[in-house]
Amino acid sequence: MKIRHLSIFIGGLLFGYGLAISGMAKQEIVLSFLQLRDLGLLLVIGSAALVSGLTINLIPKIIKKSLLGKNFRRRERILNKKTILGAIIFGVGWGISGQCPGSALASLGIGNLPILIGILSIFIGAYVMEIFFGKT
Amino acid sequence: MFPLGVIDYLIGGIIIGLGVSLIYIVTGLHATVSSFFSTTFSFFSTKPSFQKKGYLESREWRITFVVGIVVGAFIYSMLSSQNGFFITSVQWWRLALGGFLVGFGTRLSQGCTSGHGISGIASLSSTSFYAVITFISIAIIVAKIVQFFGMIP
Repeated sequence: MKIRHLSIFIGGLLFGYGLAISGMAKQEIVLSFLQLRDLGLLLVIGSAALVSGLTINLIPKIIKKSLLGKNFRRRERILNKKTILGAIIFGVGWGISGQCPGSALASLGIGNLPILIGILSIFIGAYVMEIFFGKT
Repeated sequence: MFPLGVIDYLIGGIIIGLGVSLIYIVTGLHATVSSFFSTTFSFFSTKPSFQKKGYLESREWRITFVVGIVVGAFIYSMLSSQNGFFITSVQWWRLALGGFLVGFGTRLSQGCTSGHGISGIASLSSTSFYAVITFISIAIIVAKIVQFFGMIP
């Protein structure tokens, strides 16, 4: 249990550090991508997905189970209307504010106190979705 | 295309990928963010929407992961040679309205930039591929509209 949480914490440190160094914790830089002035965000997602993709696809060929003995599985979701409708609503919010869930949290780490408004609003949006539209 | 250069973007993305990889290799979990904004309510709300098995099982490690993200970004700012700290000039109402839609939309879609964009694409999931194309396209259109109306940034 301790190793599990320690590794998740260190993974989170890397995740947050990477978001900060890439500039994605700054809404201005995300918006400069969405307004097509700087395409850097594609490099961030692309390189992160490439490294993760090598791990997710190759490591299970080398070791059968995770180091803590859990089965490896790909991240699969069933495609339905909610997937696309949700992506549209998320895209509108992202385009308005330049914040997504991970980058908003990393933004707090770089001292961006106004992002607390955004983080609180993400919680409220998630709450409303779960209460009214979430499957139980 | 890249007025700030490409190095920081690539290094940042690779470090993010290493974080995701470490967690996957040790625990088998996909380190994704947006579920945290739902599972955390399971500590406070007895509503069945939040008391799902998957939420109860993942709510603790998701907090550990999120604390790591905040601290990791803080470490970057501390170590940065220039002033690494930052305050956005995006208006508060954009953070509030945008944040609400981000929370609602990512949970309805079962994934955000990390869930669909990194872990989903890395898992070669066609669902995530369609979700990513959708949210990036819509966000570009909306950000362009925001820019058109003279909003800065």
